[in-house]
Amino acid sequence: MKDSLRILILKRLAFGLLTLFIISVLITLGVEMLPGDLAQAILGQHATTEALAAIRLELNLDRPLHVRYFVWLGDILQWDLGTSLVNNREVADLIATRLSNTLFLASCAAIIAVPISIFLGMLAALYRESLFDKIITMTTLTTISVPEFLVAYILIVILSVEFNVFPSMSYVSPDFRLWDRLYAVALPVMTLVLVVVAHMMRLTRAAIINVLTRPYIETAQLKGMKRSWVIMYHALPNALAPIINVIVINLAYLVVGVVVVEVVFVYPGLGQLLVDSVSKRDLPVVQACGLIFASTYVMLNLTADILSILANPRLRHPT
Amino acid sequence: MGFLIIAINLFALSFAPVLTPFTETEIVGKVWEPGIWATDCSAEVVKSDGPCWAQLNDNRMGGKSWLGTDHIGRDLLTRLLYGARNTISLALIITGLSFIVGMAFGFLAATMRGWVDQVVSRVVDILMAFPTLIFALIVLSVAGTSIPVLIVVIALLDTTRVFRLSRAVAMDITVMEYVEGARLRGEGIMWVMWREILPNTLPPLVAEFGLRFCFVFLFISALSFLGLGLQPPTADWGSMVQENSVAISFGVYNPLIPAAAIAFLTIGINLVVDWFLRKAAGLREEY
Repeated sequence: MKDSLRILILKRLAFGLLTLFIISVLITLGVEMLPGDLAQAILGQHATTEALAAIRLELNLDRPLHVRYFVWLGDILQWDLGTSLVNNREVADLIATRLSNTLFLASCAAIIAVPISIFLGMLAALYRESLFDKIITMTTLTTISVPEFLVAYILIVILSVEFNVFPSMSYVSPDFRLWDRLYAVALPVMTLVLVVVAHMMRLTRAAIINVLTRPYIETAQLKGMKRSWVIMYHALPNALAPIINVIVINLAYLVVGVVVVEVVFVYPGLGQLLVDSVSKRDLPVVQACGLIFASTYVMLNLTADILSILANPRLRHPT
Repeated sequence: MGFLIIAINLFALSFAPVLTPFTETEIVGKVWEPGIWATDCSAEVVKSDGPCWAQLNDNRMGGKSWLGTDHIGRDLLTRLLYGARNTISLALIITGLSFIVGMAFGFLAATMRGWVDQVVSRVVDILMAFPTLIFALIVLSVAGTSIPVLIVVIALLDTTRVFRLSRAVAMDITVMEYVEGARLRGEGIMWVMWREILPNTLPPLVAEFGLRFCFVFLFISALSFLGLGLQPPTADWGSMVQENSVAISFGVYNPLIPAAAIAFLTIGINLVVDWFLRKAAGLREEY
């Protein structure tokens, strides 16, 4: 019993690692598919042959593909991410502060969004088909159909332009104190919270309703148990697995959704860096950012799977 | 309600050139001229003939800019109509493509089972483990931003989702007796897929088409908004929002119009999908 559980988790871990490996291969291959090669991309069309050769040597382009891949992978694992093609700065330096900014933004949003959405989701599930439920369902459906940037701009219009409560540009620098930081990220956090709460709440509601229609809930009710007890003892433990899943998947979504929001609020985070680098075709930076985003996403999904295996005995014995 | 919204959009899509006096990239007036809502209706401006809104100042091209102008003085309504044309047709092409490929592979995996199913499913698993926006951004950075690249990338990402659904739905059908009967009759795989599985899987797939279309549409808009989708001067709702976003800080709300148009269309489609699903479910209850 214990062993089968361990094997299952190990399998899942192996799949996660495999995915990360394939992602890194794909990212390197992508660069290989460039017309010409990286040396040409750096120096441009009119480079001399000598200069090209020198750069190729520096970047190990003379060595075969698989050797280069492992050299690159080794560098990455030592946090040596190469240098930017545009301004020759170390990618690791470029990324460091931005990564912490992005994490700050995402975690602020998560801390607010998770309790709200679970609470609302539970209420909507308990009082389903009531007016409250209908209002919430309609509101969240609308929020989901609306692009993130519209939510962001509406918030700017209301809170920044009309009432002047929060700044519409979220500039932060490393020497900001916590309070100033929180003030600066207020609007992007609100945007993210609105978008994520809509998703999370809907899924939480669906998960709880799914549990509430089970026969054992009916049995508990019929034997005269109090409503609150039924929910605490029978519904919640069984709904826990899907809810954990929902939360983690939405955290993963948060990591990606951050990109658009950062651009709207000109927030100096990783997402903005990624978008900038894509339009400048600054490949080392794109590779690094892409890898960070992708691995965070994969890790979170992995966590979701493992947690739900742990929380749900039935999943431990796949047929 | 949902149908009305879709109809309006299709109308705009088909008749864009007829509906407006300007062309897509023509500069017709000053920067960020306000639209009709800002027409000054106080007594001295209003002439005696016609209602107040008709008195919107003619701009120098001799037409009226109902919704005002954008950051370099192009007519917003015109760009909105052409944008509908570009974005919606692009999204339709992509969704169509991903459905053809995704359904073909999904049905194939469900009918053949065995190693075909295994291989395709694992590839899809890996693609789905990758965050879509990041995947698209990386590919676009390597291949550059052009319409064909855009179509291929988004269609590929979307195909994985279509594959999952069509495989799951087809799995249920392939175990039915009539499919077995057809196979015993000696029908080929193509025939089984086309004549037995396709008609029976249609309702959920049609509903999915609507949802996927919304997803693709929002995705293109997000990419364009990031400046990596359709390139200027082509009109696109996402990039229109981005181009004009500076205006918001000055209290000019023109950029909200295309953003609202995006939301309007996706909500409309969601409503229709909801209605369709309820109808499909209702029919089943009657049997």
